[in-house]
Amino acid sequence: MKIEYPLDQFLKSVYRLVTMNTDLQTLRLDQGLVLDSGAVLAPLDIGYQTWGRLNNAKSNAILICHALTGDQFVASPNPVTGQAAWWDNLVGPGKNIDTHRYFVICSNVLGGCMGTSGPSSKNPDGQVYGLSFPVITIADMVRAQAALVDHLGIERLFSVIGGSMGGMQVLEWIATRPERVCAAMPIATAARHSAQNIAFHEVGRQAVMADPDWHGGNYLKVGAKPTKGLAVARMAAHITYLSDAALHRKFGRRLQNRDEVAFGFDADFQIESYLRYQGSRFVDRFDANSYLYITRAMDYFDLAAGYNGRLSEAFQAFKGRACVVSFSSDWHYPPADSRHITRAMIGAGVEVSAFEVETDKGHDAFLLDEPEFHDAMAGFLAASAADQGL
Amino acid sequence: MAMHTQRADHEIILKAVPTGARVLDVGCGDGILLYRLKNERNAIVRGMELSQSGVNACVAKGLSVVQGDADMDLALYPDDAFDIVVLSRTIQATRRPQMILQQMHRIGAKAVVSLPNFGFWQVRLSLLLRGRMPVTQGLPDSWHETENVHLCTLLDFDDLAKENGFEVESVTSIAARRASAPSSRTSSTLNWLSEEAVFVLKRAKP
Repeated sequence: MKIEYPLDQFLKSVYRLVTMNTDLQTLRLDQGLVLDSGAVLAPLDIGYQTWGRLNNAKSNAILICHALTGDQFVASPNPVTGQAAWWDNLVGPGKNIDTHRYFVICSNVLGGCMGTSGPSSKNPDGQVYGLSFPVITIADMVRAQAALVDHLGIERLFSVIGGSMGGMQVLEWIATRPERVCAAMPIATAARHSAQNIAFHEVGRQAVMADPDWHGGNYLKVGAKPTKGLAVARMAAHITYLSDAALHRKFGRRLQNRDEVAFGFDADFQIESYLRYQGSRFVDRFDANSYLYITRAMDYFDLAAGYNGRLSEAFQAFKGRACVVSFSSDWHYPPADSRHITRAMIGAGVEVSAFEVETDKGHDAFLLDEPEFHDAMAGFLAASAADQGL
Repeated sequence: MAMHTQRADHEIILKAVPTGARVLDVGCGDGILLYRLKNERNAIVRGMELSQSGVNACVAKGLSVVQGDADMDLALYPDDAFDIVVLSRTIQATRRPQMILQQMHRIGAKAVVSLPNFGFWQVRLSLLLRGRMPVTQGLPDSWHETENVHLCTLLDFDDLAKENGFEVESVTSIAARRASAPSSRTSSTLNWLSEEAVFVLKRAKP
């Protein structure tokens, strides 16, 4: 694989290798942020990564917003977990989100556990926050991102792109900072979290909190980890990311390493084994309290609520372009949720494109190779870049 | 159905759109007309298309197009959102042509509509002599396969437009892929001679 880094990135990598320093790149804001809840979070750390080079006019920056359990390593492997870049198929040199052409920024969300302040961070007294970490919202996540963008000296982002929870952040950006975004791409997302989604999240949170190793949220202080509860939460959530058809195609009723059922509660079926694997892999890289806080933020998201219940009012001030993408078999954020966003944008006079990709891969499709999706993204970004003279 | 040959109605629609106009193309297909309006007329273009493949092709071309059904989704657009609303070879395939015309009247200062003419002499002759639903160059599909559920003649359309607050600014006849000079009214002769026509409609003075 050919890896092309601009010189400064390359030197940073060399520095890290030489010093064996795997510290994450972070921005510390001593003054912190005032959150939706009224709480003040200070100091605030924001873990982030950038790729490519900011042009002199500072007009080529793309902010990518990650999903619930994602991180800032959108285009290069995560040095902490060793996991591959999560949008490797779309972001990189010569790819649709071309890091030769654009300056790509991705930061770990507020409440996360990959360098940005979250419940596993230490408070000013040097104690792990745990449940004393303030409850956060999608708007708070966007406040933190905006602070980072300010720090990077960027007035206006060429584009803000994100799927799932990342898409919620995109919508929040254009509602609250309309003049700072040229082209918005909310993917497989919703302007409000449905009762069904809140329900699934609640199952996940209850699983975490029912684990005795959770210790009322103080597990880090007592040196424990609620891995069983968090794994169950991940298993339940993982089902919502896949479609029935995709599960059937991948696993069907096939048995795991056996010819007949064992009349027990071992993982007889391949799907069981797969979910257990997904659960166990997840707990190594994710903090259980972060999972509680971030799912809560998603549940609280209802963009129209701040605009007299009229979603189109949220988009009234946005003068850029938008491209709303959904996937036909996504039942987590179904195409109807995207149509709701599109209709509100049309009503607000926003220049909007909207399309649904035919796929049986469910919600996860936004991370996978879907040529129609990728072509449309390329077309949208190219046309937006032409608008901006990039 | 992709048409890669230049469409005669598109040429006329292009001429009807002033430079820099805000245009909505309802049923924009794969975006050929929008693309030309944008590049040749410097128009600010938007589209609505029912088929997913059409929408995807448009977005890949960099056009701002949404997936939508003209029968239902035109109501989303604010009043006077566009200078011109285009409906090319689409009205005959919609379920509620009258409601669509009313929405176009509300959304745009002008409407440009192209449609196949069931009053064309070849169509009439075919029905008269063969006693079967006509299949012509302009109406290529047989009755059970066609998407056209509301075919009409130019005179029929002229009536409907006027009943819904429009005034005919011009009507251009097309036969054998050739356009004649625009006419200011829909005559019976035009109805005989046009295989297809492009109406430019404006809001009638109350």
